[in-house]
Amino acid sequence: MKKLLKIENWLDERFDLTPIRNLIEHKKVPVHGHSIWYYMGGISLFLFIIQVFTGLLLLMYYIPGENAAYESVQFIITKVSFGWLIRNLHSWSANLMVLFIFLHMFSVFFTKAFRKPRELTWVTGFFLLLLAMGFGFSGYLLPWNELAFFATKVGTDIVAVVPFIGEELKIILRGGEDVTGATLSRFFGIHVAILPAIFTSLLVIHLFFVQRQGMSEPEEFEQLSEKEKKYIPFFPNFVLQDALLWIIVLIGLLSLTLFFPWELGLKADALASAPLGIKPEWYFMFMFETLKLLPAHILFVEGEVVGIFAFAFAGIIWMFIPFIKFSKRKDLNSKIIRWFGLISLIYMIIFTIKGYL
Amino acid sequence: MGTDRRKFINSLLGIGSLGAFSAIIYPIVSFLIPPKIADVKINSLKVGPVADFKNNSSKIVRFGRTPVILIRTKDGEFKAMEATCTHLDCLVQFKEDTQQIFCACHNGIYDIQGRNISGPPPKPLKQYDVNITDDEIRITSQDV
Amino acid sequence: MNKKNLFNICSFIFLFTALSISGVTISDSEKSSKFEDECINCHIENEIMPEHFSKNDIHWQKGLSCAGCHGGDANEINEEKAMSKRNGFVGIPDKKEIPNFCGKCHSDIGKMQLFQARIPTDQVSQYYVSKHGKQLKIGNLDVATCTDCHTTHEILPASDTRSTTYAINIPNTCNNCHGNRDLMNKYNMESNQVAEYSKSVHGIALLEKQDIGAPSCNDCHGNHGANPPGVESISHICGSCHVNNMNYFNNSSMASEFADMEINACEQCHGNHLILKPNDEMISVEEESTCTECHSEGEEGYIAAELIYDKIKSLSSLYDSTKAISEKVNIMGMNNIEIEYSLKNIKQNLIQSRTLVHTFDTSEVFVKANEGILASQGALLLADNEIAEYFERRLGYGVAIFILILLAATLYWKIRSLGS
Repeated sequence: MKKLLKIENWLDERFDLTPIRNLIEHKKVPVHGHSIWYYMGGISLFLFIIQVFTGLLLLMYYIPGENAAYESVQFIITKVSFGWLIRNLHSWSANLMVLFIFLHMFSVFFTKAFRKPRELTWVTGFFLLLLAMGFGFSGYLLPWNELAFFATKVGTDIVAVVPFIGEELKIILRGGEDVTGATLSRFFGIHVAILPAIFTSLLVIHLFFVQRQGMSEPEEFEQLSEKEKKYIPFFPNFVLQDALLWIIVLIGLLSLTLFFPWELGLKADALASAPLGIKPEWYFMFMFETLKLLPAHILFVEGEVVGIFAFAFAGIIWMFIPFIKFSKRKDLNSKIIRWFGLISLIYMIIFTIKGYL
Repeated sequence: MGTDRRKFINSLLGIGSLGAFSAIIYPIVSFLIPPKIADVKINSLKVGPVADFKNNSSKIVRFGRTPVILIRTKDGEFKAMEATCTHLDCLVQFKEDTQQIFCACHNGIYDIQGRNISGPPPKPLKQYDVNITDDEIRITSQDV
Repeated sequence: MNKKNLFNICSFIFLFTALSISGVTISDSEKSSKFEDECINCHIENEIMPEHFSKNDIHWQKGLSCAGCHGGDANEINEEKAMSKRNGFVGIPDKKEIPNFCGKCHSDIGKMQLFQARIPTDQVSQYYVSKHGKQLKIGNLDVATCTDCHTTHEILPASDTRSTTYAINIPNTCNNCHGNRDLMNKYNMESNQVAEYSKSVHGIALLEKQDIGAPSCNDCHGNHGANPPGVESISHICGSCHVNNMNYFNNSSMASEFADMEINACEQCHGNHLILKPNDEMISVEEESTCTECHSEGEEGYIAAELIYDKIKSLSSLYDSTKAISEKVNIMGMNNIEIEYSLKNIKQNLIQSRTLVHTFDTSEVFVKANEGILASQGALLLADNEIAEYFERRLGYGVAIFILILLAATLYWKIRSLGS
């Protein structure tokens, strides 16, 4: 302990650690019925950190390019020491991360933590969600196996539905007309360089906002008297609780990794016919199922175009939720927002489940 | 008593953290140490130096899951093709006297290019590229 | 104008009109430009069609008119003149005359080379050497002639899958006579050859798996020169595909013994039509043994059979167990790529060992089989390593989880203590 104090003093003399000390000593976290949701963001962050570390490790052996991608992943899971573990951790953590981001987003939504002054935190968070889904989509292709190849084909085909620029967008995404080695190269660059750069910057901004403004308090809590409001210090209480939850998540993750390993399947073959049961990843499933349901034409517009625009529109509303006033009356406004959220959530859950039936 | 207990919990915490940390670091370090067979690419295989291969000889090597026959013709040219006969999957062999590839199971015969020229085989043998760099023989799959 | 001429003129007018209106195109794409075959025109009109007439018939396709075989004048509309002996009309030949009828062209390289440069023209001469041909010469009309196998008016080349002489169809063609019990009984012949063949490994390969690399009747017995004198057994033919088996056997001590005892080599143990997939029990000394037919206990041959069987059996069992364990490793989610590769080699080795049985030399079989056994043991070791790794992972997981749970519990404890 004395050594730590010495180090602290050394740094303090040079950098003035007062703001940090203040944070550690004064930051507090509200305690109430919905406190559990405060941890969702932290778990998402934890899973992202795992993704970065396992991703970097995989980069030591992964070789992009259609000649070697599949073989290198096969090499990792069969020959490299603990390769199976790192790869499966990466695959499972990716899915869990998206899950927890959704949990985080919806819990923030329903506790209305996005309201003033935290609007920008919400907006940056929304972009982080989109980037996370982009991570998932680009990363999925990298093993260059059959399922991934066709899922990417179907997914990028949907991009082409956007009017006017759709085809161009598809070609830019694919690096050509079809899904080929060029697509793999692009997705690799996107997955390990472009997205991490943007994601990390946005994440830092997002976290900075959170630190600067502190934890949001739900309206019921805000209205309590000062005496009634319960808090716990961030350091060490909340941090320890966070750590405990992180360890529990880690235990869950390790168990999934060992007992439900990710299959590699067969190498992608552009000339083969699509295997049965290609599905997008679960977090795209609800959109996929919706598009499948739409009729070929709605009025004079193609069904798929309507679908895409509907989702884009819904997404934009969702992103601007902190700024939109649905009604002058505050309680009605709240109600509308809550119902919008509930319907969206239920819709997404039902259509995700539908995709697996 | 309180401080003792606190100290105990803290030391337990320290040990636990150290244990967890080791449990995480050990696989990572192990992972980073490359495996003995560092040859990742199963669409390219280094066979050995050219000198090891006499004219008019052949050898079957493992290319991923597939047996591949590497042949050096009497003129010194290298050829590589899949060693599994296209009839009923027996392993083929190189006949030095006729410079043909032959399957002993039902007398299927392929020419030096791997084309099925006699007997039951319905298809030619799948070809592999042979490159020589720095006196090393390397077999590569023709699949792009 | 007499009645006959009137009739002819009327039929001509009628025919002409009928054809024009009905749009009957007897002359298909390639033919209408070449010539008008009045023979077929009239026969179609009068509905007296030749037996099994098909437009796919190769003679028809190549522009050979009816008169090309049957004689007469294909340009002549007048029935009498068209089919008059003066115009060379032969009509339907007698069965005995059929080989020569076809041989008119098919034995003449001058005529045949127009269609194919290296076409054989020895069919008729071969035929007369065969059993069928010999019998036909002495007047036995029960035998097959050209048309019995090739049909009369729907002849297709043997490479055409619809042809009666296409590899897969040949057993059926031969069976038309050779499966006819009454006919065969007349000559004290069996009528079960095709039935037996269909159950054999060659029959299943050809008829069910459609592998035309497998022998059909003619691949062993010959085509036109089927079953010539001096060929008592088909055993010599087996070696044309089963090269090693034949060579090993011929160099073995058994070859001369068999020749002395006038036993037919391959046929003795493997049969002729009902050649089944051989099993290892054939080289044993138990029930299904082929060796004990001659060799009795204590004899050199008997002992050799026992030894060879034991060795092959142990390799075979090892192969099976290695295959099973490879599957198990795969299901466990572990890596079986190297094991599968090894299995390919072991399989090859097993095939070679079984082929070497035909040397009837224990040392030959042992050397090869031992290689396979060694390889199997190597593969099994690989499998054991994978399975060990599988359990090691679970153990490692257990240890890691234990530490983490301990840590979590301690954390919880710490949090509780902070709270109070």
